Formats: sequence, C-alpha cells, structure tokens
Amino acid sequence: MTAQSKWLRYFKLNFFNLGDEKDSEDRYRLLHRNMILFMILVTIVPLVLMALVNYHQYRTSLKAEIINPMRVLSSKTKHSFELFVEEKLSTVRFITSAYSIEELANKDKLNKIFRVLKKEFPGFVDLGLIDYKGIQVSYAGPYELLGKNYSDQSWYHEVIVRGVYISDVFMGYRKFPHIAIAVQLGNDVSGSCILRATIDTHQFDNLIAAMELDAESDAFLINDKGVFQTHSKFYGKVLDNCPFSPPLGNYGNYIAEEKDPNGREIISVYTHFDKMGYSLVLIKPKSVILKTWFTLKSEMFFIFIISTVLIILTIFKITSFLINKTRDADERRELAFRELEHSQKLSSIGRLAAGVAHEINNPLAIINEKAGLMKDLIELTSEFKNRDKFLGLTNSIQKSVERCKTITHRLLGFARRMEVQFEVLNVNDVVKEVLGFLEKEYVYRGIDIRLELDENLPQISSDLGQLQQVFLNILSNAIAAVADNGNVTIKTWDQDPETIGVSIKDNGTGMSEETIKHIFEPFFTTKKGYGTGLGLAITYGIIQKLGGKIKVESKLGEGSIFHVYLPKKAPLKSSE
Amino acid sequence: MKKPNILLVDDEVDFVQTLAERLQLRGFDIHVAHDGDSAMSQMDSSPPDIVVLDVMMPGLGGLDVLKQIKSQLPKIQVILLTGRGSTADGIEGMRLGAFDYLMKPIDIDELIKKINASIRSPS
Repeated sequence: MTAQSKWLRYFKLNFFNLGDEKDSEDRYRLLHRNMILFMILVTIVPLVLMALVNYHQYRTSLKAEIINPMRVLSSKTKHSFELFVEEKLSTVRFITSAYSIEELANKDKLNKIFRVLKKEFPGFVDLGLIDYKGIQVSYAGPYELLGKNYSDQSWYHEVIVRGVYISDVFMGYRKFPHIAIAVQLGNDVSGSCILRATIDTHQFDNLIAAMELDAESDAFLINDKGVFQTHSKFYGKVLDNCPFSPPLGNYGNYIAEEKDPNGREIISVYTHFDKMGYSLVLIKPKSVILKTWFTLKSEMFFIFIISTVLIILTIFKITSFLINKTRDADERRELAFRELEHSQKLSSIGRLAAGVAHEINNPLAIINEKAGLMKDLIELTSEFKNRDKFLGLTNSIQKSVERCKTITHRLLGFARRMEVQFEVLNVNDVVKEVLGFLEKEYVYRGIDIRLELDENLPQISSDLGQLQQVFLNILSNAIAAVADNGNVTIKTWDQDPETIGVSIKDNGTGMSEETIKHIFEPFFTTKKGYGTGLGLAITYGIIQKLGGKIKVESKLGEGSIFHVYLPKKAPLKSSE
Repeated sequence: MKKPNILLVDDEVDFVQTLAERLQLRGFDIHVAHDGDSAMSQMDSSPPDIVVLDVMMPGLGGLDVLKQIKSQLPKIQVILLTGRGSTADGIEGMRLGAFDYLMKPIDIDELIKKINASIRSPS
C-alpha cells in the first residue's frame, strides 16, 4: 500500500467512519460536522491561497506599473537638465569662439554681447573675463566685480586644467542660487583667459515644476556630496544637506524603498547625471503610489469575504439537506428492515408452531384412541370395579385431548396454506355481521359501539370467512380492552384507488410499546390465563394473505387503534 | 345390514391398532395396513368396502394410494384422515375422489357416521 492510499484510508476511517456504537443522533451530528469541515477545507483553503497569490501578484505588478513612469519621468527630466546646462555651455563656448580676447576684454563690447545674450538666452546673470592670473579683467552684469581675484579658488584651477568648468549651485555674492560656467579661451597658458558666466538656477525650478508632481511628491537635485542644488518641498533649501544619500558613482537609475526623516514610507528614484556630479531625486510616498492598490485590495477583500460567507452558507444548506436526506433514507431502510424482520419472525414462528402442533397431533390421536378404547372396554364390561370412576377418568382424558386439539388446530391454522376464496363483498356488511356475533357481550356490558362507515365504500374482492375472522379477533380484543360503558369506534373509508381502510378504535387500557412490538406474535397474550395468544397472529397472517396491511397505534391508558388496509382487487397470487 | 369390511391404513401402529380394536368392538370387519404398499397388496387380494386412509405416510403417501385406488378399484370408498389440521389436504383428497375427510385426533362417533354415510352413498 502506498503512503498516499494509506493516508487516504486513515483519513476516510477517521473522518467518515462514525462508529456503530454511537447512538444515531450523535452519528448524524458527527457526520454533519465532518462534512461541513471537509467542504470548508476543500473550498475555503484554495480560495484563500488564490487570494494570497493574487494579492502578491497584483501588488508586484501594480508597483512596477507605478514605478516605471517615475523612472521615465526622472530620465526625461534629467535630460532636460542636461540639455539646459549643455545649451548654456554651448552658448558660452560660442562666445569664446566667436570673439577674440581683445573684444571680450573691451568693456563696451562685453556689455553689448551680454545684452544680446540676456535677451536671447534667459537665465544668464552676468558675464566676465578673467585673465590667466585669476583677475577679473572685464565684467558685464549687475555687480561690481571688476578686478576681483579668483586665483585662489578651486574652480579656477580646474578650468586651467580641463578647459571647461561647471560649478555646483552656490549663493555667491548675490544670495540667490546660481551656477557658474567657465570656459578657457586661447591655447597657450600664458596667453589664455577664462570666460565666466553665471546662470540663475531659477530655471531648474521650472524644470522640476514641469514634472507636474502631485502635492505629496517631491523632486530635487543634489550633488555628489549630498547637498541640495534646488529647493525641496519637504527636506530642505538649496545648499542644505540632503537627508538622502544616493549610491556612489555613476549609476544611472536607482530605486529605493525607504523611510524619509518624517517617517513616511517612500519610494525614491535617484537618477545620476552623465556629465555633471548631480543626481535627480524623485520621491513619492507609498501612500500615494499604492492608493489604487489599497482600493483594489479592499475590493478584493470585500469579494473574498462575500464569497466566503456565500460558500459557508451554501455548505451549511447543502450539508443539512444531505444529512436530512441520509437520515430519512436510513430511517426508511431501517423501518423496511424491521418490517421484513418482523414478518420473517412471524413466519418462522408460524412454521415452528405448525411443526410442533403436527408432531403433537399424532400422539394426541393415539391418546384419544387409547382412552376411547378404555372407555369402550369399561362400558362393555358391566361388573367392572370402579366403573364410574374409570369412565369419569377416560372422559376427562378425552376432554383434555379435545382442548389440545383445539390448540393444535388453531396453531396449524395459523401457518397453514389457506385456500383463500375470493368473492366480491362489502366490508361494511362484514363489520355489521361480526358485530352481530358480539352483540350479546357489548350490550350486556353497556359498551357504546360507534359506526362511522363510509356509505359509498366500494365493494372489494376478498375472502368473507377470513375477513370475519379478522374483524372478530380485533373487535373482541377491543371489547375486552375497554371498561364497562366504554366505547369502540369502527370506521371505514376509501383510502386510495387500490385500497380501502378500516379502523377499530377503543378507549380501553391501551398497550405499552413493548406489547405493541410482540402483539402479532403467536402465544403472546396479555389476557393471562384465558387467551391462546393466537388471535392477532392469525389475524396478521390472514391480512397478509389477503394482500392487505395491519397497523396498530396505542398508548397506555388511552386506548388503541387498529388500522386495516385491504386491497380492492384480489392479489394475483396469494402468498403462502 | 352387514357390517362393512374396512381397511385402516396408517403408519402410527399404536393409533391404528387401537382404532381397529374399537371399531371391531362395534362389530366392523377390520383389516390394518401400516403403509401404502402393503395396503395396495391387501386390497388386491381381498378388496374392502371402505378404506380409512392417513394422508401423511412415509413411502407411498395417502393421496397417492387414493389415486391408485380410484384408478384400479373405483368402487372402494375412501375416508381420509389428516394430521395437519389443514382442510387443504382434505379438499384435495375429495377432488381426487375421496368420500370425506377427518382431522386427527378423530372422534370415533364422527368416523362411524361417515362410514355409514359412505356405504349408503353410491360410489
């Protein structure tokens, strides 16, 4: 046996084997409970699993759906930034290419260039030429910076080395954020100068505004040192230190799920610039991102609860229905079994009784003859001593034999194959006739016989003699059961197209359930001393042979009612 | 009137002997057989007027004997004795030609009545 089938067997045994020793109510309750548990197990568990799987899948895919646009938006904005800076740089480069150092050193010329520049390329704040020693030699702009020495500043050295420099955002003298772009002119070191332009980073804010973020989200630029290059809605001003630390190096896109300093759950997208040491940081709180998810989740949860409730209700309904059906079927089967058992018991008792009676009949016949012979001999011999006494004895023997004969013949009659003679008769007439036999007794005892006979009762095909026997037996029992001045009600009716019914009801002593159980068995009698216990057994046998049914209901102290159902047509083949 | 010659057939020896004795006391000419076959051979040698025949016998049963009598010696009257308390055997026997039947234990006066009746009736 495989482990699986072993397990199955174990499962079946313990789940559905209810133990025959338990009383039936318990069994059904147990079966009910187990069926409900089992059905809930096989329905709810997969449902829960499915819901969990769906939950996670939806969550993952929904997150991807939300994060992707963030990434795209970040990249796009990064490009805008780079483009913006690139454009400014190209402009400055163009100036360095288009004009000679001499022209740029000329203050008027520089002012003219600056005016055109400002007009055509908004965002430029000033423009200045710095010689190789780091001295500002020419300046166009709102501030007085002519002659300022930059030689000790780091950016100056970087321009000398790399030819181009783009600064981080700084406040400088002007107390508003801007960046500086410096480009070297000329080739040789001693003859070279630097053209330096300052650009208002107000434009950065415009680019970030162009992202059209919702109120809960934030986007800003930081440099590699983690310093804000633009204002942040929630986390600080320009040049403050940023609480977020992007990964080191040039990393393209980086997405992190983290907590911000205010404790909000956020998703942040870091996008590193290709050429500058900047990162664009886009921050969205999870609550916003997952708002759709939460709606979906609550909808899923709602559906889950509703379907669970529905399933459980259905399971309860179905199981009670099934259990009731099963119980009904069981009860019907048990009843049929009991009836079968009962009739089998009766017929085997009948056969036994017949056998016994037959065996006794022969010796009885011998006793009878012997006693008869004795009597004959005594009668023939006139001078026989104690003649009268012996005649009395033999007479007594023969009388006893006669009594035994009555019993054996009734016993044999109980089981014998009867030649049922069917004739068309009216049951009402049979009842009246039988009452005629009993009239003396019930009139004497003042018993009230009530007749509720159906006048339109159809005639039936049955055996008159046997029916008389049946009603005589039942009626004499009823009359015996009631007290003087009691009453007995006889009712006849048309039961259905095939049968008629007769009921005989008395308000007598009634019977206990134990008595009812044995009432149709031969030799069962409650009339101690004078009943043979065969009356109802014979009645039962006759009604069976006539193709009918007999039922009895009774309550101790309240009386009994016998129902007899007789077929309208003679049965095709009379049973043995 | 001459008392008829009667053959009693029954396997219960005690019963049949006693019955024979009682009938003899009443002046009947009685022969006894204890089974169907010996009854048949007795009838061949000296046919009786009346046969009183038990239905339930081992070997050749009463009804079989009855059939043989009716086919071979139809003049003989047959009275059946049944032990089963059932009228069915008796009725079957009468259908086969028996004069009447009695249920055991029998009343001797009843039997004598039937015997006399059978003699009077034309077979």
